[in-house]
Amino acid sequence: MSATPLRTPLYERHRESGARLVPFAGFSMPLLYSSIIEEHRAVRTALGLFDVSHMGEAWIRGPETLTLAQKLFTNSVRDLPEGRVRYGLFCQDDGGVIDDVTLFRTGPDEVFFCLNASNIQADVDWMRSVQEREGLACEVLDKSTDTGLLALQGPLAPEVVGRLLSSDTPLPRPWRFDAVRLANTPVLLSRTGYTGEDGFEIFVGADQAVPLWDAIRREAGTQLALCGLGARDTLRTEMAYPLYGHELDRSRSPIEAGLERFCAFGSGFIGEEALARLRETGPREQRVGLALEGRAVGRPGFPILEGERVGTVEGERVGTVTSGTYGPSVERSIAMGYVPGEYAGVGRRLAVEIRGRRVPCEVAKTPFYDRKR
Amino acid sequence: MAEKTYEIPDDCRYTRSDEWVHLDGTIGRIGITDYAQSELSDIVFVELPDVGTQVEVGEAFGVVESVKAVNDLISPVSGEIVDVHQSLADHPEWVNEDPYGRGWIVAIAPDDLDEVDALLSPEEYAAFVEERASQ
Repeated sequence: MSATPLRTPLYERHRESGARLVPFAGFSMPLLYSSIIEEHRAVRTALGLFDVSHMGEAWIRGPETLTLAQKLFTNSVRDLPEGRVRYGLFCQDDGGVIDDVTLFRTGPDEVFFCLNASNIQADVDWMRSVQEREGLACEVLDKSTDTGLLALQGPLAPEVVGRLLSSDTPLPRPWRFDAVRLANTPVLLSRTGYTGEDGFEIFVGADQAVPLWDAIRREAGTQLALCGLGARDTLRTEMAYPLYGHELDRSRSPIEAGLERFCAFGSGFIGEEALARLRETGPREQRVGLALEGRAVGRPGFPILEGERVGTVEGERVGTVTSGTYGPSVERSIAMGYVPGEYAGVGRRLAVEIRGRRVPCEVAKTPFYDRKR
Repeated sequence: MAEKTYEIPDDCRYTRSDEWVHLDGTIGRIGITDYAQSELSDIVFVELPDVGTQVEVGEAFGVVESVKAVNDLISPVSGEIVDVHQSLADHPEWVNEDPYGRGWIVAIAPDDLDEVDALLSPEEYAAFVEERASQ
């Protein structure tokens, strides 16, 4: 990681808006503008705008694009029509997760993957090494630096985006995207997000990111909250969405992470055989959601303790917390972590060790937050 | 970027770890400063000591936890904890909303009242905040 943090095209805007900037994945990014909890609530009830330009975009072009994409991606590629988005993972041969990504089918022989910022270089290296190893007729292009990415999330997002589109342009439906002009700027407008709310992710040329940011703010006015990575984290944690580096890494498989439904067995992706075996034998551990008693937060790395099984030492460590926060919408302390399957049933009583104390918790149904309730 | 201003009441003394002490007779109320609550943002949990606990100056006696961070509460003086603000269990956000008022955290009976006088004056604390805010 370089000593000088990288900046997104919107860095100066964040400074002008009074954002608290923190280092994240080599970038200087807004943690919050005013309050994480207020920003979180704005997304659940109205509208929030995030700069996520630090994320990566790696394109594949050429006649054997789909063959390479299917080698790399655990979900199915060939049946994904143009204009659709799909979530999946990159895995090693042993099934360990290299990254979790979204795949955009942009043309007959063209796709791009949206990548986690912390993994861009590793992902692009992996994509190129597979392309070379397999001798496939296609090229991998890293357009991460040239691409800005805004996320406009919340129940008011469709209305505001509708006002910024020309009148004859329909809104893309969920998990679809379209090349459109938004506030007269050419963008890829995708009906996706990482918050659990309706909304859009908007890919825009890096040199157009500032005018687009300004245009969205002008159009939305006081209905809009600028949101930082703090709110992004509380929102995704309430949805029990995994975050790479917390719930996922190269020592974890999609099976134990509970992401089997994003693995299309039979499609020939790298890691498929290992994952098929793991599915048969059952994974060593499983990802669980935990609802804690009281307000203390279970932070990554805190021990998960077994406490109630007769005949064992009370407080025996059975797992580790990977993410935890106070959930502003569920109004309680929530966490995720890994435990052996025998402890993973919903309702199972466990504890999290927080600063030397046992805080009782229960394995909870996920997502923690249900938009439709 | 807009300059932030922080409330620093004249009738308190301050620590370099951003606690305030307000002395009323022989009892000192303790909380965290406006600057501290602003830096932490979004306080969701305050871990309180038991009444009767003897604490030493510079010792951690509790924890203030925000969405993103955990901060120890450092005792400005040596003495006995004589009261704790139990309502913060349900309303930790009071520390953000009113850090010198209903966001108070504990009350202590200092062993030596001179220790309170030795803490930072409002002017000295203001300079200390300014120093860090301008970095």
